[in-house]
Amino acid sequence: MKMNGAQILMKALKDEGVETIFGYPGGAVIDIYDELVKTDIRHVLVRHEQAAVHAADGYARAKGRVGVSLVTSGPGATNTVTGIASAYMDSIPLVVITGQVPKTLIGNDAFQEVDIVGITRPCTKHNYLVQSAESLAGIIKEAFHIARSGRPGPVLVDIPKDVVKAVIDYKAPGKVKMRTYNPTYNPNRRQLQKVIKLVEEAERPVIFAGGGIILSEASKALTEFSRKAQIPVTGSLMGLGGFPGSDPLWLGMLGMHGTYRANMSTSACDLLIGIGVRFDDRVTGRTDAFAAQSKIVHIDIDPTSIRKNIPVTIPVVGDCKNSLDMLNEMLGDADLGDLFERRKPWFDQIDEWKRAGRLDYEQKEIIKPQFVVEKLYEMTEGKAIITTEVGQNQMWAAQYYHFDRPGHFITSGGLGCMGFGLPAAIGAQMACPDKLVVDIAGDGSIQMNIQEMATAVQCCLPVKVVILNNGYLGMVRQWQELFYDKRYACTCMEHAPDFVKLAEAYGGVGLRATKPEEVETVLKQGLFNHNDRPVIMDFAVDKEECVYPMVPAGAPITEMLLV
Amino acid sequence: MQEEKHVLSILVDNQPGVLSRISGLFSGRGYNIESLCVAETTETGVSRITIVTQANTPLVEQIKKQLNKLINVLKVFELTGSPYVQREMALIKVSAKPESRAEILRIVDIFRCKVVDVSLDHYTIEVTGDDGKMNAILKMMAPHGIKEIARTGMIALFREPK
Ligand SMILES: Cc1ncc(C[n+]2csc(CCOP(=O)(O)OP(=O)(O)O)c2C)c(N)n1
Ligand SMILES: [Mg+2]
Repeated sequence: MKMNGAQILMKALKDEGVETIFGYPGGAVIDIYDELVKTDIRHVLVRHEQAAVHAADGYARAKGRVGVSLVTSGPGATNTVTGIASAYMDSIPLVVITGQVPKTLIGNDAFQEVDIVGITRPCTKHNYLVQSAESLAGIIKEAFHIARSGRPGPVLVDIPKDVVKAVIDYKAPGKVKMRTYNPTYNPNRRQLQKVIKLVEEAERPVIFAGGGIILSEASKALTEFSRKAQIPVTGSLMGLGGFPGSDPLWLGMLGMHGTYRANMSTSACDLLIGIGVRFDDRVTGRTDAFAAQSKIVHIDIDPTSIRKNIPVTIPVVGDCKNSLDMLNEMLGDADLGDLFERRKPWFDQIDEWKRAGRLDYEQKEIIKPQFVVEKLYEMTEGKAIITTEVGQNQMWAAQYYHFDRPGHFITSGGLGCMGFGLPAAIGAQMACPDKLVVDIAGDGSIQMNIQEMATAVQCCLPVKVVILNNGYLGMVRQWQELFYDKRYACTCMEHAPDFVKLAEAYGGVGLRATKPEEVETVLKQGLFNHNDRPVIMDFAVDKEECVYPMVPAGAPITEMLLV
Repeated sequence: MQEEKHVLSILVDNQPGVLSRISGLFSGRGYNIESLCVAETTETGVSRITIVTQANTPLVEQIKKQLNKLINVLKVFELTGSPYVQREMALIKVSAKPESRAEILRIVDIFRCKVVDVSLDHYTIEVTGDDGKMNAILKMMAPHGIKEIARTGMIALFREPK
């Protein structure tokens, strides 16, 4: 059948089951858009291409599917780079399609030409410049395969305009066969037997679970393993929700703003089982002091994560879920005796740490940001999908919203990218129209992609934005307070828009609370009264509140500043 | 930990941009490239890249894993540690005054290299060998005045087929 490149692209996307695209048109993709509107694929017209990628990211995480963005060449393409880098750091499966100038013009500094394949090489899992319409369908198929398999990640496909226009005899692509790419899903059984042995012997074991648990849908298997083997669980920021936050075996988050008990137990354990983590510096602090007395098991599908930052006793390359399923099956046969009894001293010690270092704050006459998040948690019964911006707001969200389910905490973990939360919330709301989606935001970050309010209004998306408005680039101010003698260099947002009026100007709803007693009312109104448009809730919070505990960068994680 | 020289032999899908992916990996992650050679193999679409790098043991393990992670990389071998043959090649343009011409030819003979171009005031010498030999001949030629030099990086293969 005769088809042009744009039609082939649409067919390829449909074949991959794509239902939603986040994008922004331009000259190089005008033909693609011309075809796109003839399909039943929903297109979300964002207001900035960075947001198209963050939205696809939020969509991918909430839906457990590959997120798709479509943008034009040149500035459209360069605007996606931050979004791609964030998705790359967090291993989120995306396919980003960029238009390119016609092949004949490539290399000529043509209008809106940019070497986006070159630019994104280090921040994509893989990328392609499509050379012919004949290869297009196969490349799209491969791109989706690469994005979602193994350790997921963003894949960029750059399509020159002449390829889009070319009319050819369409041939359906065959199965994806790549001799150079073959992720290891099934772990080595012998390695796992060694893990079981260590589990049996351990007196003070800890599991450290990361984003890999969520990506491989291993939450149930993890919970089963932890309960069977009686091992408490801590998590990275990316791992929140991978293990129920209300479970007695949950230790809270690990690392720079981790809980006292998580940091203490990880430092005192004799067996640490890292699953789907990469031992980022925000987690380990000073690496030579990290879990220094402990044997370390590291299970991950990406071999490069293993032994990159810390030495490992038993490396296991494999999918988190497959590995945990196998471990559970093997535990079934093992004689564990009365593990709980034997590890009682360890659990007692953890309880003691729990009492000694609770997350805490005092709500007096000024609204405390933690109070807002805690109320939000109560009023949504912990069931909302929470996206975040970056900074203190993100950490308070992580600490005070106790995530029980995977796919409900959507944050830019690795890149720590301000401006992520609102577009990600839009993506998540597109993925889950019936869920409550809340962006926990800072007054600084929200201004980085505030224009997406218009997108939400246009698409009738009832996303909620909770601004913890401290008038500062709070997290940076906190560092300045603690480590730079309170020299607040350029972190005070002396001028900010009136967020209530701004919300209204966009066609959304704006609400404000300035006193603690207003918090509940505003949340109630904002969360439950409007289901056809976005709401901004502006909370005037304590300006100089800090996130505690805090481990200074590069210090051992036991050296926590507590309030 | 001690940094040592490691020779990596990498088979890659011969796609546009592959070399850039590899060199970008090295520069982006702060790995060192002492030398790099690329050429096609007998198998269509497959090229061999030989990279010599300085790294300690854990780092070279990480480098190999990172290389393997690149979608276009077929296979990564480390030659260091097993028997392998290695060669480099250089073209050396050395000034050849009447009084030193005989001496230069004698050195060429001893090192079993070849004169591939000659003029009134210079010879261009082709030499192949390991880096020991390269450095030795360069040292011998230096007093005569090396005008220009073009040198390849190392290429290498296991002695046993792999
Ligand atoms: C794009 C980007 N620029 C700069 C930073 C550095 N940074 C990290 S947190 C932060 C402050 C964020 O301020 P705000 O959004 O008000 O959040 P708060 O910490 O006050 O809750 C800044 C500037 C960043 N993470 N991302
Ligand atoms: Mg702020």
